[in-house]
Amino acid sequence: MKPFTYERPRTAADAVAAVLRKPGGRFIAGGTNLLDLMKLQVETPGHLVDVQDLGFNKIEPTPDGGLRIGALVTNTVLAADPRIKRDYGVLSRAIVAGASGQLRNKATTAGNLLQRTRCPYFYDTNQPCNKRQPGSGCGAIGGASRGLGLMGVSTSCIATHPSDMAVAMRLLDAKVETIDDVGTVRSIPIADFHQLPGTTPHIETILRPGELITGVELPRPLGGRHVYHKVRDRASYAFALVSVAAVLQRDGSGRVAVGGVAPKPWRVEAAEPLLRRSSESFANSLLSGAAPTEDNHFKLALVERTLAGILHEVRA
Amino acid sequence: MNGSGKWRVSRRGVLAGGSASAAMATMLDAQPSHPRRQADIPVYDVSFTVNGEPRTLSLDPRTTLLDTLREHLQLTGTKKGCDHGQCGACTVLVDGFRINSCLSLAVMHEGDRVTTIEGVGSPDHLHAMQRAFVQHDGFQCGYCTPGQICSAVAVLKEIEAGVPSHVTEDLTATCVPSRAEMRERMSGNICRCGAYANISDAMAEVAGVNV
Ligand SMILES: Cc1cc2nc3c(=O)[nH]c(=O)nc-3n(C[C@H](O)[C@H](O)[C@H](O)COP(=O)(O)OP(=O)(O)OC[C@H]3O[C@@H](n4cnc5c(N)ncnc54)[C@H](O)[C@@H]3O)c2cc1C
Ligand code: SF4
Ligand code: FES
Ligand code: FES
Repeated sequence: MKPFTYERPRTAADAVAAVLRKPGGRFIAGGTNLLDLMKLQVETPGHLVDVQDLGFNKIEPTPDGGLRIGALVTNTVLAADPRIKRDYGVLSRAIVAGASGQLRNKATTAGNLLQRTRCPYFYDTNQPCNKRQPGSGCGAIGGASRGLGLMGVSTSCIATHPSDMAVAMRLLDAKVETIDDVGTVRSIPIADFHQLPGTTPHIETILRPGELITGVELPRPLGGRHVYHKVRDRASYAFALVSVAAVLQRDGSGRVAVGGVAPKPWRVEAAEPLLRRSSESFANSLLSGAAPTEDNHFKLALVERTLAGILHEVRA
Repeated sequence: MNGSGKWRVSRRGVLAGGSASAAMATMLDAQPSHPRRQADIPVYDVSFTVNGEPRTLSLDPRTTLLDTLREHLQLTGTKKGCDHGQCGACTVLVDGFRINSCLSLAVMHEGDRVTTIEGVGSPDHLHAMQRAFVQHDGFQCGYCTPGQICSAVAVLKEIEAGVPSHVTEDLTATCVPSRAEMRERMSGNICRCGAYANISDAMAEVAGVNV
């Protein structure tokens, strides 16, 4: 690890000021992604601002019947919350499909949304990678790309966003709440939060420098059947090849979001009426414009078959 | 700290090599509590309890909780496998929650209560889980074992507390410690010797599930 300085402020205003004051300032929450990358010198922050004392560790009801999840709420606490288990089952299911019990005890809501890609070329500082080092090229395009993306990708980068939790939050139309150095508060629809790579794959979210995530708001519950199916190389403790989050209603309507295929959770609302027709017609619409590689072409069929399985199970 | 200074010097000596090691040894003798200190790097004071004992250390902020336990406090029961959150060998309990100590900075644990395998039980007073691992041969080489036992102890508490897992069928029903539940929840602890079946037996016995 490169040397860095460290501080643990007590208010959001102090934290935001601290991260902007020193060069290379970064927030650190659970540390499970940032420290991993710092050990490899993929990330080299000069100053770490520990956010654990800022008080964003509660799950509270909102006036319009939803829930507000503090940025610091751990993945374990969130998945185990009785209101989440009862009304937002797809979120509990997505969280416990990710990482391990130990990691989920440390992983936070904000840190999980901001975790970086698992592209092996991004992790290996000997390889070219436009995301890690803009302009250096992309090792994955033309390389080993079995785990990489095919939707929303560009000729600069085909990385996927690895979070399971974010896929469920996209399905639920969550909003990400932030605060910046002048005290401006934003509520960002999760659909707009993660950015597509285009020619700037190092820019991954809509957040501005120093902007702090304070929480995530869930709208009122949707009812229906909540499902999260994750397909991976091992039965547990592995990232998704593809994952499908769904909330399906008795009348045949529903929502579907997909993980493991794009730089953000992939959802196309306009395709959702086709869920009443068949998994094929929905998947064709959801995945239209796909740019698969030879290695990851299988994901197209895998998404459709995983969804077919879910529809079969729910409608049986 | 008994005898540990010597160990540090010899390891530093190997790293620094030849004539540099004498100078290094002098430097370390002068600063016995900062074995990793470098002139240009700030150190931070941190206090937490480990196995019930209050500890205060001055550390380079890069020091992980794992390295602090092993190299500064000589609690070498906790093991380093991958150092990247991928194996579980470094699992310890912090305020009762199991975490990977390799992916956590010691300076972030001010005021915390850390329990390592040395604090779970002692040779004279084994924890029920330690006894069950011995009885069921829940290990071969033993390298993953401290992490497995810390994790196993926490898993039973998580089930009791209603934390769901990937194999929980009904999220709103009461969680029960079935074999399937325990196996899934232990997936963050890898065993190269493949002692999984016996680990599962040990846990089942402690949980009171039919072995
Ligand atoms: C072996 C392994 C397996 C894993 N498997 C999975 C998996 O299957 N599925 C999955 O979804 N995840 C998986 N993960 C990833 C894990 O979920 C993330 O590491 C974790 O969610 C990150 O949360 P954190 O709080 O530790 O973040 P940190 O590492 O503390 O931070 C991550 C990023 O978020 C920023 N940040 C943190 N908090 C804030 C805030 N409040 N405001 C602004 N910025 C902030 C930090 O600056 C940093 O850039 C795995 C990780 C490991 C090591
Ligand atoms: S796919 Fe993206 S992250 Fe992976 S090597 Fe290419 S530029 Fe880097
Ligand atoms: S050493 Fe920490 S998980 Fe492997
Ligand atoms: S007993 Fe050898 S690694 Fe588990």
